[in-house]
Amino acid sequence: MARAGITEGSYLSAEPGRGWLSSWLLTTDHKRIGILYLFSILSFFSVGVVFGFLMRLELIARGPTIMEAATYNSFFTLHGVIMLFLFLIPVVPAVFGNFLLPIMIGARDVAFPRLNLLSWYFYMAGAALAITTLIIGPADTGWTFYAPYSLRTGTSASLAVFAVFVLGISSILTGINFVTTVHRLRAPGMTWFRLPLFVWATYATAWIQIIATPILGVNLLLVIAERLFGIGVFDPAKGGDPILYQHLFWIYSHPAVYIMVLPAMGAVSEIVPVFARRVIFGYKAIAYSSIGIAALGSLVWGHHMFVSGYSYTAAVYFSLFTFFVAIPSAIKVYNWVGSLYKGSIVMDTPFYYALAFIFLFSIGGLSGLILGALSVNVHLHDTYFVVAHFHYIKFGGAAFGFFAALHYWFPKISGRMYNRRVANWALLFLFIGFNTLFFPMFVLGFEGMPRRYFDYLPQYADLQHLSIVGSWILVAALFTMIGNLVVAAYRGKIAPANPWGARTLEWQIPSPPPKENFEQIPEVTRGPYDFREGV
Amino acid sequence: MNGTQSAHSHRDYTGSKIGMWLFLFTEFFLFFGPILLYSIFRFRYPQAFIEASRALDTGVGVFNTVLLLTSSLTMALAITAMQKNKKGLTLILLGATVLAGAVFLVNKYFEWGAKISHGVYPGGEALAGNTDGGAIFYGLYFFATGLHGIHVLAGMCIIIVAALMVHEGRINSKDFVKLENSGLYWHLVDVIWIYLFPIFYLIR
Amino acid sequence: MDAKETKAHIVGYPVLLAVWAALLGLTWLTVGLSGTGLGSFVIVAPFLIASVKAFLVVDYFMHLKYESGFFKYILLIVLGTVVVVVWLVYQDVAYRY
Repeated sequence: MARAGITEGSYLSAEPGRGWLSSWLLTTDHKRIGILYLFSILSFFSVGVVFGFLMRLELIARGPTIMEAATYNSFFTLHGVIMLFLFLIPVVPAVFGNFLLPIMIGARDVAFPRLNLLSWYFYMAGAALAITTLIIGPADTGWTFYAPYSLRTGTSASLAVFAVFVLGISSILTGINFVTTVHRLRAPGMTWFRLPLFVWATYATAWIQIIATPILGVNLLLVIAERLFGIGVFDPAKGGDPILYQHLFWIYSHPAVYIMVLPAMGAVSEIVPVFARRVIFGYKAIAYSSIGIAALGSLVWGHHMFVSGYSYTAAVYFSLFTFFVAIPSAIKVYNWVGSLYKGSIVMDTPFYYALAFIFLFSIGGLSGLILGALSVNVHLHDTYFVVAHFHYIKFGGAAFGFFAALHYWFPKISGRMYNRRVANWALLFLFIGFNTLFFPMFVLGFEGMPRRYFDYLPQYADLQHLSIVGSWILVAALFTMIGNLVVAAYRGKIAPANPWGARTLEWQIPSPPPKENFEQIPEVTRGPYDFREGV
Repeated sequence: MNGTQSAHSHRDYTGSKIGMWLFLFTEFFLFFGPILLYSIFRFRYPQAFIEASRALDTGVGVFNTVLLLTSSLTMALAITAMQKNKKGLTLILLGATVLAGAVFLVNKYFEWGAKISHGVYPGGEALAGNTDGGAIFYGLYFFATGLHGIHVLAGMCIIIVAALMVHEGRINSKDFVKLENSGLYWHLVDVIWIYLFPIFYLIR
Repeated sequence: MDAKETKAHIVGYPVLLAVWAALLGLTWLTVGLSGTGLGSFVIVAPFLIASVKAFLVVDYFMHLKYESGFFKYILLIVLGTVVVVVWLVYQDVAYRY
């Protein structure tokens, strides 16, 4: 990425008096830290994709095909741990939040730059521990580590659980940094309601990171204490209650899904007005809905536990709140679509990816409402329907949102433009592959196929085969999409500072941005989606 | 770039405190988990919890509580002293705080030792096969006080580092936010004990 | 960025000592109340007294009383979360089976 020409004077240029390696590994520049995260996260994402691909391949035929059942259990455990804790939870905040948040509010860096670097080191430490479990005998509990099995399994569950704990520390520190940054470092004139919606989304996410993560942290420590010392709280043999593990687990892990999707929604909220060339519809509604999702999303965790054996009273409350939490998400979808009305729409790559997000996220979200109905859940819990649901919102939603963000901000980060044609074709095949892979799972689940099973009855074979073909298309498309961006990073055409004609602050500085972001801290006088000419 | 203030030399007193308070909230939630579990099991196994609590030494518990409350006092006094530029007094007060923490940990060591030598610990003979809630009481007791003890130790280290910085002058009456933040951490450790003490020692 | 940084409030020694005395008094009260036959109140009483003590530490030792509204506001968010989570978990635990 460091070609002397366009990166001269930017954050990518060499730092005098500092070796190349230490200028990256000891950087406190939020932009470089964002790049560190980008490379490490994409590496682990690739590992996660490989696990998913191999799981699908195993299911090409009934019975053991390329692995035994025990291995399959480890695979879906690692696939989940990597995709959720190493990819989806950190990716948009740590890559784009880090890179863009300070610039978008008119600051030179985050509130605690050294803490920011420490966050990345915690991330790498947690990742290293997680990969180590792969080598020494991965856990086979599923990424959810449910008691009492997780208390008893002979695999390296303690280490896996500790890896997640360390990753949680990274997340917490990032959250603390971002909340403080948004409160303290806004440029003059950057009032709360002039903030880009990406900032609102990242801010709400940071609050969830601060409040929810420690509860998972202590739950994981309790599991380790159970495994090492037998303290008994989750162990029925000692009078303990495994359902309490589930409570503490989901009190974090449900809000965690909003950590994953809110920032991606924030990216979409940036892209839509720019490509519709008009102010976003209902700015305040979208801003408040981010806070609303964070708040309401903390009340619904029990919908993962409807059939766990907990009280019916609790189930009714959780189902009710689950229906409520759909409202702020729906508000966002309506407002994005409403922003297209009477716009001057420019059809270009980031916009296509954003549209894919809106479509796939809506399907995923609606399938969540189906699961939220108590009676239906009894039939669908732990089936492929759930697998389809969460892949639609996490992959079709959060990950596609991440891809949209990549294609939108790529020219800003690298100073180069990618091949739009290839990106668009990659998206088409991503979309086709994704739906071919996951839509059949809704049907499979409804027909009763359980999840996390490495074998299946003959009546499920056809849809399984269709799904596997989808996985091949998807992986090929992913490879193309990422390859296209990698090539562009080195050989892409030089991009102007503001190729999309956006109005937010990051587009008013050169690409790639200079080390200190702004020559002078700007004075903000307009909103972020003000496309009026000559004002 | 040329002559403009880099972000790293910027000092933000309020921002620094906000960051610390947010971090303290995460510590608060960390202890919220086991305390929530405690309240549920207390509700389910009232008799076993009463019996187990009686077996803990209330006297030591009270003494430890008084120790931590006093160490909180000396810590708060140290902040005031630093703000008034009384460096010597600040260092004495910080020393007293650390000393109180050390005595607390020594007490804990003897308390735990007494229980462990009688087999009253998770996995120990006295609790083997226990299903009436007694094992869970002690499981929670060791977990919560153990986690708390780690935080006491961490707090002591933080205060020692702060004291060194006071001694060197890097913390002074003009720039004392690092001392304040160290104090905030210590007070949180105290607040957590304020809750742990009655729930484990005073159930009758 | 806050251009007008207010001068940090100094909490005087007498105030701190008075709070410490109150804390010791409340500790003595908690111990005294334990084991008395107040029925179910005796379960809640230590929690309530502990909360009073905690708030004294937070308000005076941790200076929350003298901080800007923002700090109190975020503490409220934290406490609100706790209340809601406890209530929802209680809906399960109290009505099991």
